[in-house]
Amino acid sequence: MPTKKEPIWIARDLAKCSGCRKCEIACSLSHENRIWPDASRIRVFMLVPGLEFPHLCAQCEDYPCVASCPTKALSISDKTGAVLVDNEACIACGQCIDACPGSVPHMHPREKRIVICDLCNGNPQCVKVCQQGSWNVLRVVERGDEPYRLYSRKPEEITKDLAVKIYGEAGGEYL
Amino acid sequence: MIRGYAGKFLDIDLSTQAIKETKFSDEILQDYIGGRGLATKILWDRLGARWETVDPIGPENLLLLLTGPLTGFYPGARTCVSGKSPQSNGVVGSTLSGEFGVELRCAGYDGIIVAGESEKPVYLFLKDSDVELRSANDVWGKDGKQTVSALTKECRGLLKARYPKYGEWKEPAMLYVGPAGENKVRTAIVCSKWAHAAGYGGYGAVMGSKKLKAVVAKGTGPLPEVADIKKVKKLIETVCDNVYDGELWRRWGTGGGGYHFGNKTSSEPIRNWQEEWHDEKGYGVDKFENRLWMKPYWGDFGCPTTCLKLAVVKNGKFKGAITDNPDYEMQAYLGPNLGIFTPEENVFLASLLDDLGLCGIQTGNVMGFAAELFQEKILTKKDLEGLELKWGDAEAFATLAERIAYRENIGDTLAEGTYRAALKIGKQKKMDLLPYAVQSKGISIGAHGIRSGQDFPEIISYACSVQCGDHTSMASLPLDGGGEISTIFNDSGVFCMFNSFGVPRRIRFDFYKAVTGLDLTQKEWCFTKALRILQLQRTMLLLGGPDLKWNPKTDDDNPPRFYEPLPTGPYKGKAADKVEVEEYKHRYYKAVGWDKNGIPTAKILRKLGLRDVEEALDRISYD
Repeated sequence: MPTKKEPIWIARDLAKCSGCRKCEIACSLSHENRIWPDASRIRVFMLVPGLEFPHLCAQCEDYPCVASCPTKALSISDKTGAVLVDNEACIACGQCIDACPGSVPHMHPREKRIVICDLCNGNPQCVKVCQQGSWNVLRVVERGDEPYRLYSRKPEEITKDLAVKIYGEAGGEYL
Repeated sequence: MIRGYAGKFLDIDLSTQAIKETKFSDEILQDYIGGRGLATKILWDRLGARWETVDPIGPENLLLLLTGPLTGFYPGARTCVSGKSPQSNGVVGSTLSGEFGVELRCAGYDGIIVAGESEKPVYLFLKDSDVELRSANDVWGKDGKQTVSALTKECRGLLKARYPKYGEWKEPAMLYVGPAGENKVRTAIVCSKWAHAAGYGGYGAVMGSKKLKAVVAKGTGPLPEVADIKKVKKLIETVCDNVYDGELWRRWGTGGGGYHFGNKTSSEPIRNWQEEWHDEKGYGVDKFENRLWMKPYWGDFGCPTTCLKLAVVKNGKFKGAITDNPDYEMQAYLGPNLGIFTPEENVFLASLLDDLGLCGIQTGNVMGFAAELFQEKILTKKDLEGLELKWGDAEAFATLAERIAYRENIGDTLAEGTYRAALKIGKQKKMDLLPYAVQSKGISIGAHGIRSGQDFPEIISYACSVQCGDHTSMASLPLDGGGEISTIFNDSGVFCMFNSFGVPRRIRFDFYKAVTGLDLTQKEWCFTKALRILQLQRTMLLLGGPDLKWNPKTDDDNPPRFYEPLPTGPYKGKAADKVEVEEYKHRYYKAVGWDKNGIPTAKILRKLGLRDVEEALDRISYD
């Protein structure tokens, strides 16, 4: 994968997701040294079979999560643009989840701290495996001045949209 | 404790609603691994002494939902469903793909053992070690898609209410039955994700008979700790790299089979196996791909192949039908086997059978059987309550499938599966209808014929398999080749065999070692451990009962149709040869340690440490 100039963004083509969840495996192996789907920073939702998609931080232009944190546990990486979590400072209050337009952050299942994509310090492992398998749902691009916040949507909303695209007019009834 | 296991199993009695945890010794786990192997051991220990009297669709039977140590690690996770089979009265390790096994292991369990029978419909919901039985009144009677929607909503709602600060909950994974399972249809599946099925064995009927509509699992922990995580990562890459080289296998999956196995190998069931060759180019993989596949790659946890494809009919009469691929077995059995050669009609029937919770292979087979009887005027329009079962009429077969799922009129007989239906209708008509029944020991044959000699099954593959008609568990020699003995490892480690094609066989044992820390060689597996599992499966198959028992002399054989010459195609005139089958069969018996009657010998049982089985064999006798 050619290196992109930082900061970066992960472009995503959700309708192509095969549901293989190799992104969850790669993320949790990289961050937890275990295969641990619920601790993964990228999570594949399948509220309706066939409509699988990865749900991950979109690094909104205005970073509402960072602003909402009462303990200043969240910061923005100068290098990559990722939201970084200071695990010591995080009190697991969940205010960042409420502030996120897509409810993307979630609690670590075993520890009292929030889990947010850190872009693997510029070399996202989820993108790597998605590219290796040539599904190409995820791709690293250079971060410019785009409305990235549009890609922070709640799982239900994404599912509804994908249902229209993939299942046509009947799609909505399965949710 | 051996690495790679969560270490405990749920042990549930639905009659008393008691939920317990149970463990198995390291010795048992080393010998029987998990999945199919462990199922065989559990069934033997708990039911073996009275096997012949246990009704597979009664409260005495056990429903087993088991993972193995490799589930979630070896790319392509599966779950093994087992119990006493309502089809063969033996044991089948029936695996299906999906995230259920992974969720279960992340919740801290390697499997679930379900005994008894609930008074009212229930479903089991577990979030880690919080396990509860909940009312399934609202979903009882619902089809597959409705069940998945309702229970996903309900269980995510419960998680959200109980853990409001967690954030968004991913959907839990689910195994369930459709109406066919509820109605104890012997061709009913245990299903996941709308279109994935554990079909062989008929365990949907077992689950339905227990009034267990679904099992829903959410595990928030990691997969169990392994012996060598670095090695596991490396092996995952090895398997994936091998898969990525196989472009067409990934692109078509088995969905290329509907034309290929008809046209190239002449081994596809056509009109109840009256023929095995066709040249219907309109049934080519390109038609499915270009017209219907909305997702070119669709897969399950950890799978590099993603051989499934999401097929959606968006226009015309069958608009709204959704299924996977269909894979080759569905393409064949719900296509040419019924005289259907149109992709849309095939997807429509596959989608309907998914919704009803019916196995496409077993039900497609019994519907083809009925249609041939109609063709031969043995079954009349009156017998079929006004239904004209003409080849190629997708809507007539849809009506028949519904009657089977709800056991309405002729459907009640056909719901017993091909073999039992042949006996019953034969009795009514005072005719021998077994020549029309393309099955082996109660299990209809997979969609790969043996007559042309061009496809992978060998002439004894179905006849001598302990899983009978199951095309994924094929008896063959040498024992340490790629046959049933080898399959038992995939089904016991519980991962998808489709990701092992072209991977050196030792990689599976390297994987086993990296996960469990235990050495296992190909030789030890083939000639000791797998052979032990095989003897147990064989013994329970021969004990059989209560409604049917098998005699190897007559029942370790191919269906009569396979001895009829192929009437069309490049292999016209070819058929299985009875003398060759008998000769190969006896060589196979010898290799696995069975006597001339097909019964395991005292010698092999002693060698494998199965003395209690030896005693049970006194209960089997043939004149």
